[in-house]
Amino acid sequence: MNWPLEAFLSFLAAGAFGVVFNTPRRTLVSCGLVGMSGWLIYRMFFLMFDDSVQATFAGAFAVALVAHILAKKFKMPMIVFSIAGIIPLVPGSRAYNSMRSIVENNYLEAISFAADALMISGAIAMGLVFAEVLMQMVFKQQAKRIQKKIGMTRN
Amino acid sequence: MNQAGETRRELALDCFLLAGKIMMESGAETYRIEDTMIRMAVSQKMMDSHCFITPTGIMFSPSNEMATRFVRINSRRTDLERVALVNAVSRRLVSGELTLQQAYDEMLIIDQTDYMFPIQIQVLAAAVASGCFLILLGGGWQDLPFAFIIGGTAFYTVETILVQTRVKFFAEFVGALVIGSLASLVIYVGLGQDLDTIIIGSVMPLVPGLLITNAVRDLMAGHFVSGLSKGAEAFLTAFAIGAGIALVLSF
Repeated sequence: MNWPLEAFLSFLAAGAFGVVFNTPRRTLVSCGLVGMSGWLIYRMFFLMFDDSVQATFAGAFAVALVAHILAKKFKMPMIVFSIAGIIPLVPGSRAYNSMRSIVENNYLEAISFAADALMISGAIAMGLVFAEVLMQMVFKQQAKRIQKKIGMTRN
Repeated sequence: MNQAGETRRELALDCFLLAGKIMMESGAETYRIEDTMIRMAVSQKMMDSHCFITPTGIMFSPSNEMATRFVRINSRRTDLERVALVNAVSRRLVSGELTLQQAYDEMLIIDQTDYMFPIQIQVLAAAVASGCFLILLGGGWQDLPFAFIIGGTAFYTVETILVQTRVKFFAEFVGALVIGSLASLVIYVGLGQDLDTIIIGSVMPLVPGLLITNAVRDLMAGHFVSGLSKGAEAFLTAFAIGAGIALVLSF
C-alpha cells in the first residue's frame, strides 16, 4: 500500500467535499487535513487488526478530535470541519454490495453485508460521541484552571 | 413597558429567529442552533427564554409576558459558510461588539447573499472526489476517467433536478439511475474494468453524510424529534440512491 498516495488522495477528496458543502474558503485546507488524518488512521487500524468496525471507530474518533481542536482555533462550529472528514468512512461499498445481493436474489449475503454496514455506521456514531465527550471534559478542566488562575471562583 | 422597549424586544426576537432560520436552512446541528439562540437571548437580557427546534420549524418563547413566536423552514441544503457567518455574528453580538440593530442588518445580508461556489466548480469538485474515492477503494487507474466523468455528471443531474423540482428523493433517484446506466454502458462497451468500484466511487458525492452525522449528534444531545426526522431523511435519501442503482443492476 502506498501511504503518500493515499494521504494525497484523501486530502484531495475531503477538500473537494469541502467545496461541495461550501465550507468557508480559508478552512478548505484544514478540511482536507481532517479528512486525511481520519482516512490514514482508519487504514492503519484496518491493516493492523483487519477489522473494519474498530478501524472506522478509530477513524471517526480522530476526525472528531481534530475537528474539535480546529473549531476552537478558528472559532467556528465544529460541523464545518467534521463533515468532509466523515464521508470517506461511510460504508458505501458494503451498502452497495448488499443492494446488489438483493437484486441477485442472494438474501443471506445481503443481510450479512447490511449488518456490516449497520455496525460501521454505529462505529462512526460512537467515535463522534466519544470524541465529543472527551473534548468536553478537557475543555471544562481548562476553563476551571484558567478561572483559578485569575482568581474567579464559581460554585 | 414603554413603546421603545417594546419595539426593541420585537427586533431582538426577529433577530434570533432569523439566525435560527438561516442556520437550520444551511444544515447546522439542532443543539448548536439552540445554543446560539439562547446565548443571544441572554445577551439581550432575556434570561427566561426557551426554544424548541425541529428541522421544519422553530419556536421561541422569550419570557412569560411576551408571546411565543414561530418560524417555518421550508428548504434545507448544505451551506456551511452561512453557518460559520451567523455563528460569527452571534459571537460578536454576545461579546457586545455589535448592537442589536447592526446584528440584525448583518443577518439580513447573510440571508440574502448567495455564498455557494459556482456550479461548474462544484461539479468539478464532485468529479475529483469521485476519482479519488475510486482509487482509495481499490479501483484500477484505467477506470479513473470514467469515475471522474460519471461522478460529475451525476452531481450535475441531481443539482439541476433539485433546482427544477425541489423533490430531493426524486433527484437522488435519477442521479443514481444515471450513474448505474453510464457505468454499465462503459463496462458493456469494454472500456471500463470493474463495474462495482466505478459505481461506488461515483455515488460518493451523493451520500447524505451531513444528515447522518447531524442525526447522530442530535440524538446523542437529546434532541429526539430532530434527530429522528433527520435520520429518516438520510435513510430515504440512501434508499433513493440504492433503488436507482438496483433498478439498473436488475437488468
